[in-house]
Amino acid sequence: MARPIEWQLATVAAVHDETPSVRSFTLDLPGWAGHRAGQHLDLRLTAEDGYSVERSYSIASEPERAGVVEITVERIPSGEVSPFLHEVVIPGDRLEVRGPIGGYFVWDAPLGGPLLLIAGGSGVVPLMSMLRHRARAGARVPTRLLFSSRGPDEIIYRVELDRLAAAGDGFAVAHTLTRQQPPGWTGYARRVDEAMLAEVLEPLGPTTRTYTCGPTALVETVANALVRLGIPPDRIRTERFGPTGT
Amino acid sequence: MTERFVTRGFVGRRGGGTDAADLRRRTPPGQYLTTDFPVLSAGPTPRTSLDRWTFSIDGLVREPARWTWAEFMALPAREWTVDISCVTKWTKLDMRWRGVSVDTLLEGVDLDPAAAFVVASCDGGYTTNLPIADVLGNQAFVAYEYDGQPLAPEHGGPARLVVPARYFWKSAKWVRGLRLQARDEPGFWESLGYHNRGDQWLEERYSDD
Repeated sequence: MARPIEWQLATVAAVHDETPSVRSFTLDLPGWAGHRAGQHLDLRLTAEDGYSVERSYSIASEPERAGVVEITVERIPSGEVSPFLHEVVIPGDRLEVRGPIGGYFVWDAPLGGPLLLIAGGSGVVPLMSMLRHRARAGARVPTRLLFSSRGPDEIIYRVELDRLAAAGDGFAVAHTLTRQQPPGWTGYARRVDEAMLAEVLEPLGPTTRTYTCGPTALVETVANALVRLGIPPDRIRTERFGPTGT
Repeated sequence: MTERFVTRGFVGRRGGGTDAADLRRRTPPGQYLTTDFPVLSAGPTPRTSLDRWTFSIDGLVREPARWTWAEFMALPAREWTVDISCVTKWTKLDMRWRGVSVDTLLEGVDLDPAAAFVVASCDGGYTTNLPIADVLGNQAFVAYEYDGQPLAPEHGGPARLVVPARYFWKSAKWVRGLRLQARDEPGFWESLGYHNRGDQWLEERYSDD
């Protein structure tokens, strides 16, 4: 038998805010076995008396960063773990993690494309790992990200996404803002629907590999629409999260 | 190595009282309770119309069985109220289903003595594997109602296998048949790093846990 995926101690190297409710944590993990873009890790918090809780978080960083893993966590006010991470954890703290976990919602550069990534809110995190991996690997496969956020201040990784899109290596990002749009907004301004997907997919064609991550309603809508748009089911990979912080 | 590690500043949000203790007792290790019904699938939700739906039992049986939707609805069914745990860490208590016990489905087919494992197959190509011992004795059923309503497609409707004593990926959505085999055969998630048995009380999440 191989060994189980061991719990290991990460040291928090840096903390920074992505949006008012989303924060990234850079974890130093000298013993990390490496991951594939799209995978997640388990995190465990333990109190003095032994009481402990576990959660899974998508990995945001690319596999090329050896010994370092970044996670991006949305604060769920009613939750038990994300408020702790946001309010208590500071650089120098240690956290128990294990991973990597998950072998289906992954993309490696040799898989190729074209690639269509669709994110709702913090569902962008595993897709960001794919985009960072794509950039670091020098892959030039035609790639588009369709990213649904509620308002302009809630776009996670906004600056980095703009920078990646400006590199001229075949990556473009399309935003939709569902609740609030700033003056002069030229992007989409509604929930993701089939017409929007058809427009974003059009230049990529029917052999596109798609990865969708976000709330259940968005993922259901997108996956059903992609089937109708002619994408084979095995090229429609999904990852979902719901409001499960209670 | 880290059995004694304590996370700085972590206390937890534990409720008090006997109710809280009872809920904790029903929550497997590493899980948290939720009241909603999260949806997790690796791909699009398949749609099979009921007039084309069948459920079959084949493999190491003397007489394979096959039911249409109408025939399946005529099988003896019952209500089940069970606690469900997903490997993604949520546990939901007292989930109410209606469906047909796997014992009932296997009654008529006359199992070959060599049959030791079951592979559930589904619309969309999903599979999961279980030892026969894990599904007999009313431990598993094929559900077509949840909470008094027809099972919704995103939750596996028209019918899904439900195996409450295992992590929820063993409760295959859109199930269309069971194949009896002499040899074990890892299913979809069992081939992608998840545990072959998946007992939530033993926290058998990943391959070598």
